[in-house]
Amino acid sequence: MLPAPQVEPRRRPLPVERRRPQPTLIRVTHWVNLVLFTVMAGSGLRILAAYPRLGERGQDYGWYPFQGASPPAALTLGGWLAGARHWHFAFAWLFVANAVVYLVYFVASGEWRRRLFFPRRDARNAWGTLLHDLHLRRAEPAPVGLYNGMQRLAYTGVLAAAVLLVLSGLALFEPVQLPRLTALLGGYDSARAIHLLVLAALALFTVVHVVQVALHPRTFVDMTLGGRPPAEEAP
Amino acid sequence: MRGATRRRFLAAAVRSAGVVALGAVGCDSRHPQAGFLGLMERANERFQRALFDPGRLAPELSEEEESDPADFPAYKIGPIYPPAPPGWALRVTGLVARPLALGLDDLRRLPGTRTRVRHHCVEGWSAVASWEGVRLSEVARLAGADPRARYVEFRSFEPGYFSSWDLESALHPQTILAYGMNGELLAREHGAPVRLYSAVKLGYKMVKYLSEVSFLPVRTGGYWEDQGYEWFAGV
Repeated sequence: MLPAPQVEPRRRPLPVERRRPQPTLIRVTHWVNLVLFTVMAGSGLRILAAYPRLGERGQDYGWYPFQGASPPAALTLGGWLAGARHWHFAFAWLFVANAVVYLVYFVASGEWRRRLFFPRRDARNAWGTLLHDLHLRRAEPAPVGLYNGMQRLAYTGVLAAAVLLVLSGLALFEPVQLPRLTALLGGYDSARAIHLLVLAALALFTVVHVVQVALHPRTFVDMTLGGRPPAEEAP
Repeated sequence: MRGATRRRFLAAAVRSAGVVALGAVGCDSRHPQAGFLGLMERANERFQRALFDPGRLAPELSEEEESDPADFPAYKIGPIYPPAPPGWALRVTGLVARPLALGLDDLRRLPGTRTRVRHHCVEGWSAVASWEGVRLSEVARLAGADPRARYVEFRSFEPGYFSSWDLESALHPQTILAYGMNGELLAREHGAPVRLYSAVKLGYKMVKYLSEVSFLPVRTGGYWEDQGYEWFAGV
């Protein structure tokens, strides 16, 4: 005799604290972003190589230490200026589309609650974690839920940086048709410097991020397979 | 991790990877106007056309913002800056009621205009010069351009040097046939006797050493465009 079919109770979304560390959409968009961001960074650096200076013609910005130095060819994509521009402006849309999927899910699912940096919850914890990582304090603050404060600060900063990256890119793409955006960023050449500085900041983040993941391989497994929900606390 | 969610994740990951891979397959840096990159160039053209407002003017800048003339680069496509052929006149042809041949004096007798706007080069630099000339819209009116001509082709007496434009950008009030630069007669290295200048396109669309302006029902390519640079190239 066949076993009686089991009727699954209607699934309600779990409260965010009891979910798996990395839900499906977060993982998919994370890894897709890795590919798209690599394409954007590589093609962007090839575009930079066509005029590797910051500041308008004849008025180089004094603070930029790499005036005239082309980015290493190994880091570039697209081969030549027109090729790189086509890669850049084609994949920009995919990059933004992936980010929009991520952000809609991020907000609608409530995931933002355990991922964004909230000073009241995370500031002390972030400071303690920083001191610990710099070997200035022995005790490591326990993560609050999914992340510690420093992680939340870094990941929130990356989101803000990504917004600035896209906005400055739009200003470079259409400086005349988007006059307010261009002016807000300080003009065309200023927007170009911001675009590169944000890339540099995100590259720095990525280096630290990869080191931290290497030190905590569990997080790599979680970002790939989802991980286990946190154990329920005893009532 | 439950089997069902793992399968869901894998399926989603495979789908996303597939989309990205399909995209990459259609990307040939040497032929950026073909495949996926070409498809996206046409999507970007639609985006730029949608954003283009024929009445929106690029900010007119002050004399203090003018770049040092030595910092405003001159480019040539051949071995030399070509001299104008004897008896040079600018021909206005195509779908026009009155084909014209305008010598430099004829052009200078037409209502003139001056524009001092930021110049955006495809390489990434910007610079400012002031340009004197006749609005192309004035010449179109004079020649009685047929509204069915949706494109304008600008040809140079330098063999093989030309560019095709959308009519809206060509008729923009800051698109001019320039015979003067920074208060002086246009120098040969900047396109004498007459060059195209515009606030709403990248520099490579602004054909120098003009010999012919044709109002056409079809778009053609261009010297830079046929090598792989974007056809629309709005800013």
